[in-house]
Amino acid sequence: MNAILAASFLIGGLSAVLATMIVVVDSVVNNYGEVKIDINNGKKELKVNGGAPLLTTLSEQGIFIPSACGGRGSCGACKVKVLSDIGPILPTEAPLLDEVEMKQNIRLSCQVKVKSDIAIEIPEELFSAKIFKGVVEKTNDLTYDIKGVKIKLVEPNEIEFKSGQYMQLVIPPYEKINEYTQRAYSIASSPSQKESLEFFIRLVPGGIATTYVHNYLKENDQMELVGPFGEFYMRDTDADMICVAGGSGLAPIKSIVADMFERGITNRNVWLFFGARSLKDLYYMDFFQDMEKKWDRFHFVPALSEPQPEDNWNGETGLITNVLGKYFKEKMDQNTQKEGYLCGSPGMINACIKVMTENGISEDKIYYDKFA
Amino acid sequence: MSPDVGLISLFFASIFTSNILLSNFLGMCSFISVSKDFTSSNGLGLAVTFVMTVTTAINWLVYHYLLIPFGLEYLRYIVFIIVIAAIVQISEMVIERMSTNLYMSLGIFLPLITVNCAILGVALFMQIRNYNFLQSVIFGLGSGLGWWLAIVSLAAIRKKVDKSPVPGPLKGPGITLITIGLMAMAFMGFSGMLNVQ
Repeated sequence: MNAILAASFLIGGLSAVLATMIVVVDSVVNNYGEVKIDINNGKKELKVNGGAPLLTTLSEQGIFIPSACGGRGSCGACKVKVLSDIGPILPTEAPLLDEVEMKQNIRLSCQVKVKSDIAIEIPEELFSAKIFKGVVEKTNDLTYDIKGVKIKLVEPNEIEFKSGQYMQLVIPPYEKINEYTQRAYSIASSPSQKESLEFFIRLVPGGIATTYVHNYLKENDQMELVGPFGEFYMRDTDADMICVAGGSGLAPIKSIVADMFERGITNRNVWLFFGARSLKDLYYMDFFQDMEKKWDRFHFVPALSEPQPEDNWNGETGLITNVLGKYFKEKMDQNTQKEGYLCGSPGMINACIKVMTENGISEDKIYYDKFA
Repeated sequence: MSPDVGLISLFFASIFTSNILLSNFLGMCSFISVSKDFTSSNGLGLAVTFVMTVTTAINWLVYHYLLIPFGLEYLRYIVFIIVIAAIVQISEMVIERMSTNLYMSLGIFLPLITVNCAILGVALFMQIRNYNFLQSVIFGLGSGLGWWLAIVSLAAIRKKVDKSPVPGPLKGPGITLITIGLMAMAFMGFSGMLNVQ
């Protein structure tokens, strides 16, 4: 018994002494004092304590850089242009930056630390991204693996965003997940609905956030959101819009379509292709079919790649890319300007970009939101 | 009872005749991986030297003033590892502050010093051979310098080998292992000069 106690005290005491040493050295060595962050050539200047990653330093100052993985260096969303010298590209950044970005000194803000005065460039709209507190008003099963979540905003109680943009949901610790995590989800509701936000969230097996939303999130739960973010929104032109959505990728497209209809932008032709495997993967059909009746230039084309006999499906079948190609040749006006709006898996998006470029849409007119 | 070994003999023996890497083959993984680049090898060698010296000293004190008096010698493995892990953490922080370039070039191998068996090996040899405090520190420093000498030598040789006409199947790890074997044989040439076992 005494031996067990002595061993426990020795290991515990030694660990405590060494941990104290580490804390003391950390506080001395990693004390970089007060440093300045210059944003957009003097538009904003922040004085912060140095030593922490740029992403968290900025968020502590109320500037939220999008980060779908919550700062783990895996999504590559938190890129910022750094104008001052902060040392070479880190091994953790290299896989997520291409050559052009490296030359322009684009860095991952979650990986670089603020150790001395630094100048950065970020899109102006990020100044308006905020933390929102809300309460879950409603959750409902849209399909067997996609849940609709409506969150009523409490503080601030209203939001301004462009249809197509996304928010980051702050997922609290649960079960074996012992820290806060953030994940990005497209807003499905229309910008006119300022007091609440809706999301379509598909269950990803083993996914931290989607498991939480599907298995733990209940009505009346409190929820934090950060945003809005994103460059995926309707461009203000007269071109025909060719939208392709897969799975929960319908969310931003639904927001764009609802927003256009509400604002009376019905002079443009809009084609919405919604790809799914079988009937059980389709949802929000009534909404888009109703929209088709009210808006004569809106065309809704759901397509099933693996329709089941019991589905009694009379609509389009096959891969969405094949259906898209067929419509380009047979149904659409060949002589109009067109823009592409794609939201879904990277594979689907890449395949659709190929079809679109083959049918005359230049790549810079194709906008997309990949679920990478 | 401490062995009757002069400090100077012990110092040179641990660098050359009993080189921790080339005679005991401890600390091989980072030795092979990092030796592709001379600058990183030099940095890692110095970091290992520092960690080896400091941890050997601390581990000697912990062993003789904590473990032996309480009859807890059997805890030496876990205790030595805890000390090594803490010192590596501190070294990592200091290197990050002092030389960002070195910190980045070492990458994952810096925290991996913790599991570098050469470091634990030196601590265990110190205890098995009953070295006194001064002998242990000198042995730790010498072994660290020996490891550093071996890795920078291999890095230099590999730089030359990279530009040499090596047969295709031997390129990379193959020729590196052959080189290490030849280096070990060359170091064996010192073995008759001193003996610290």
